[in-house]
Amino acid sequence: MSLPHADDPAELAAAIAAGDRAAIAHVLNLLDDRRDEARKKTTALLAHLQQDQDNPTGQLIGITGPPGAGKSTLSAALIRVWRARGLRVAVLAVDPSSPISGGALLGDRLRMQTSTEDDGVFVRSLSSRGQFGGLSAEVWPMSVVMLAGFDIVLIETVGVGQREVDIARLCDTTCYVAQPGSGDSVQFIKAGVLEVPHILVVNKADMGNLATRTLSELEAALKRTHPDGHWQVPVLATSAVDGTGIETLADALEEHYQLLRGPQLALRRKRYQAYWIHKRLLEEFGSFGIDQLGGEESLLAQLQAQDMNLFKQYDALRLRLYNRIQDTLE
Amino acid sequence: MSQETVKRDRPWLMRTYSGHSSAKASNALYRTNLSRGQTGLSVAFDLPTQTGYDSDHPLARGEVGKVGVPINHIGDMEALFHDIPLGQMNTSMTINATAPWLLALYVAAAERQGVDPAQLQGTTQNDVLKEYLSRGTYIFPPEPSVRLTTDLITYTVENIPKWNPTNICSYHLQEAGATPTQELAYALSTATAILDAVKASGQVPDDRFGDVVGRISFFVNAGIRFVEETCKLRAFGRMWDTLTSERYGVTNAKQRRFRYGVQVNSLGLTEPQPENNVQRIVLEMLSVTLSKNARARAIQLPAWNEALGLPRPWDQQWALRMQQVLALETDLLEYGDLLDGSHVIEAKVQELIDGAHEEMARVDEHGGMVSCIDNGYVKRELVQSHTRRLRNIESGELQIVGVNCYKESAESPLTAGDESGIMKVDERAEREQIESLQAFRASRDDSKVKAALQQLRACANDGSNIMPASIECARAGVTTGEWSEVLREVFGEFRAPTGIDISPVGNGGSDALEGVRRRVKKTGEELGRPLRLLIGKPGLDGHSNGAEQIAVKGRDAGFEIVYEGIRLTPAQIARAAQEEGVHLIGLSVLSGSHMELVQDINREMEKIGVTDIPLIIGGIIPDEDALALQDQGVKAVFTPKDADLNTIMNTMVTIIREANGLEPAA
Ligand code: B12
Ligand SMILES: Nc1nc2c(ncn2[C@@H]2O[C@H](COP(=O)(O)OP(=O)(O)O)[C@@H](O)[C@H]2O)c(=O)[nH]1
Ligand SMILES: [Mg+2]
Repeated sequence: MSLPHADDPAELAAAIAAGDRAAIAHVLNLLDDRRDEARKKTTALLAHLQQDQDNPTGQLIGITGPPGAGKSTLSAALIRVWRARGLRVAVLAVDPSSPISGGALLGDRLRMQTSTEDDGVFVRSLSSRGQFGGLSAEVWPMSVVMLAGFDIVLIETVGVGQREVDIARLCDTTCYVAQPGSGDSVQFIKAGVLEVPHILVVNKADMGNLATRTLSELEAALKRTHPDGHWQVPVLATSAVDGTGIETLADALEEHYQLLRGPQLALRRKRYQAYWIHKRLLEEFGSFGIDQLGGEESLLAQLQAQDMNLFKQYDALRLRLYNRIQDTLE
Repeated sequence: MSQETVKRDRPWLMRTYSGHSSAKASNALYRTNLSRGQTGLSVAFDLPTQTGYDSDHPLARGEVGKVGVPINHIGDMEALFHDIPLGQMNTSMTINATAPWLLALYVAAAERQGVDPAQLQGTTQNDVLKEYLSRGTYIFPPEPSVRLTTDLITYTVENIPKWNPTNICSYHLQEAGATPTQELAYALSTATAILDAVKASGQVPDDRFGDVVGRISFFVNAGIRFVEETCKLRAFGRMWDTLTSERYGVTNAKQRRFRYGVQVNSLGLTEPQPENNVQRIVLEMLSVTLSKNARARAIQLPAWNEALGLPRPWDQQWALRMQQVLALETDLLEYGDLLDGSHVIEAKVQELIDGAHEEMARVDEHGGMVSCIDNGYVKRELVQSHTRRLRNIESGELQIVGVNCYKESAESPLTAGDESGIMKVDERAEREQIESLQAFRASRDDSKVKAALQQLRACANDGSNIMPASIECARAGVTTGEWSEVLREVFGEFRAPTGIDISPVGNGGSDALEGVRRRVKKTGEELGRPLRLLIGKPGLDGHSNGAEQIAVKGRDAGFEIVYEGIRLTPAQIARAAQEEGVHLIGLSVLSGSHMELVQDINREMEKIGVTDIPLIIGGIIPDEDALALQDQGVKAVFTPKDADLNTIMNTMVTIIREANGLEPAA
């Protein structure tokens, strides 16, 4: 890549904030890159991007739900509304990968067809890369970069098991898209298998009765205050195909964002990051490692109290653990 | 028995699918073909005409007059049939998304020849469902497309009674990998979806429904397993008879007859030892002629050089002569049905019917054929079948002479020397067509054009039959692009599922594949992240088989694959490559516009600052073009002779390694 600013983290950070597509693409590649040299560059870059951590920008939205519920199509419809409102949007679309070959078909883009003339939309696909069923490690750092360059960052992922838990802990606003006629979503939510989303959507409202029935079932099961407090979970009907309810959904997302803005949002973002670091360490060192660092709760608290440089925090903790292990072995 | 007393059946219609460069050049070709004994016309349109763009639209660049004739307006249509009396001609038009429009132009051109449109005979293919599944020239979403299809049907049943308003196609499904059972099931499911829609439109009174059913014809395929294919055609006839009688209550047996035309299989025609294709074509032709009770009404054959490029007049003449020899020299047409009473045939027919019924039930479970377009069920099944076929070729279970066995060959005089052995379309054709289009636009009465388009928009919106307004547009001098643009605005556009999200097929863990997987993984580790491949189909080309199969194989080899389906612009491809951070861009182009498209993509990539991603291409690319492309920086060119997909995967890894400064061979 022949980026003039590729080697200067400050310039690169400025380019990202200015929405320079080539710079953003370049940094996403770097964040994906596990080699030490790439890690060094991104650590320096994140330091620049995260300077104003008390005034976080952008809204990070997670959209989950069963495969085929229409998440990608709905995202495309939302993007059109957001663009009409003058908001810049980045998408991280997470698709599963094959456990055998590691290969993956990144298919969400196809449903998100956006205009090639429009520099205000950026879509990056990511495979889940078999990481303990959860979201891949790159999701949080990539979100941080996208938040610097866009007003809205949307993470699409199939909502099952660990991935759904992850997304709920990483996003400002989570939106669950249910498939009309599938009782599963209702059962999961009732049984507490799913985290409670901030917004519940029954898509494919154009399917008529089936959608209406699912809507009323979910309303009955879920019309309640979100455990976050102060937020009444709306249950909305949309059709990504005929456009029904998309504006309303965009309004609800905006309303939730307004509620979060200010000091609370800064705290939440620190919490996501702490959670992300905790999860990475857990994967690498197991619960033994977490215990060494004082246990989950204390670790999370410590992390949230510190400054926010993602990779610095993470690398420091890894180093501590390595040293600890070394000591134990000696 | 003396010659005179033998009663021979009348041979089928013999056609040659053709058209190129311009209406004028194609007209000359048609008149030559007719003088050589061809008995009907089969018009190939170029891709812009098929996808509703005028010749001067940016998306038409490189495609004008290439794989067929460009028809922009009534002047082109008149020129196409100059001195060919439409009142006596039987014309088949391979046209789908824009079928109502091309029929409107045909009607208006007939009027100008002084022919009463009610006398016209011929066929509009007008089967848009298979476009989403295989052929690729769809424009609008499935529902409005089905409405246009049924509008054309109801209009002709009323006004052009001898017209075949739709040719339900299973031909293209086999070309996309369908098995005989799938061909039966999906064609018949399509036919019921269309007939149900005609019924639901309320445009045909119940007592005339038999007339509609009687006008439905089919366009099928015949592959090299010619015994099974014969059985498939007998199965088709029987299933159609039952279906039309039971589902639609058609009592007139004549209206229940399975009428079909054929193009024999081309997917199995090979680039290596292309002379062998002649045997293949002849055997395939047998399967649709052998059984008198299931004999084709019309046949068109591909040429020996099918996998090399477009056929020249001589190549097409050779294909026509194959039909003539069978019909005129052999005794085939002197007998009744040769297969009636054979237990072996009967058992096979029954097996196919049972299998097709099961598959039709699965289509119904998925909401019927129209829903299956959007939910991707049928497309996935087709990709799966095609993948299975390729895996069997890889493993040697399926033998293809000259491809995976008996590969050694003396040099062929057919392809030796300077002659490339294919038709080259005149480079000037595109520019001349654009000039004549612009002159035509300048000469028309704009107020008439505007009024006709307004009327068209009104009809599109209010649901009334689209044909009368389209014919009015044709008379007023509206162009193909203008007609389509109005409907694009009313109906919107559509992007069909790619069907590649299938589970791995067959010899998933062969040694060759394991070897590739190791290299993909290792290279990914060396580069810090998993290897990513963007597969791009630029331009109007709808040939998706190659791209799909590379995508599936790539996934199975461990690549992360970005593939968004057909008909992307160069700018879309360049952007996707950047946003997705891919290691390699692989284009697939079979329509012949590779030179222009590669140029455009290189330019777009430069424009957005993507200069370090290597580019490769596959498709129908003549040797001299391959060299020119490599000069322009394309890292590798693949053609049908590169039948081993594992080898292709290995080459891709090597190219990525080289581009990133790694030891290539490792
Ligand atoms: C199957 C087929 C069709 C099917 C396509 C189904 C589908 N969904 O793909 C159908 C019946 C729909 C069709 C239609 C048409 N076809 Co056609 N079709 C063929 C045929 C017989 C085989 C192509 C094929 O699928 N092969 C199997 C796949 C696996 O092979 P492949 O694509 O070549 O890919 C291999 C390599 O090339 C390479 N490769 C290809 N792409 C890529 C990409 C990457 C990244 C890599 C690494 C490698 C790679 O790897 C593959 C492995 O071996 C060819 C002739 C032939 N025998 O090759 C004509 C052919 C391509 N068709 C042709 C034409 C003209 C048409 C039409 C335009 C006709 C018309 N006027 O309407 C239509 C319209 C299609 C459209 N919308 O664009 C011409 C093109 C002429 C030219 N280039 O000059 C050909 C060459 C026939 C001919 N001789 O006239 N067709
Ligand atoms: N009828 C209807 N179909 C929809 C709607 N939204 C999406 N779909 C269809 O549902 C299928 C799955 O959509 P997709 O966006 O890929 O779902 P995802 O897997 O949740 O991302 C596709 O066939 C869409 O066309 C909708 O609002 N109504
Ligand atoms: Mg999706």
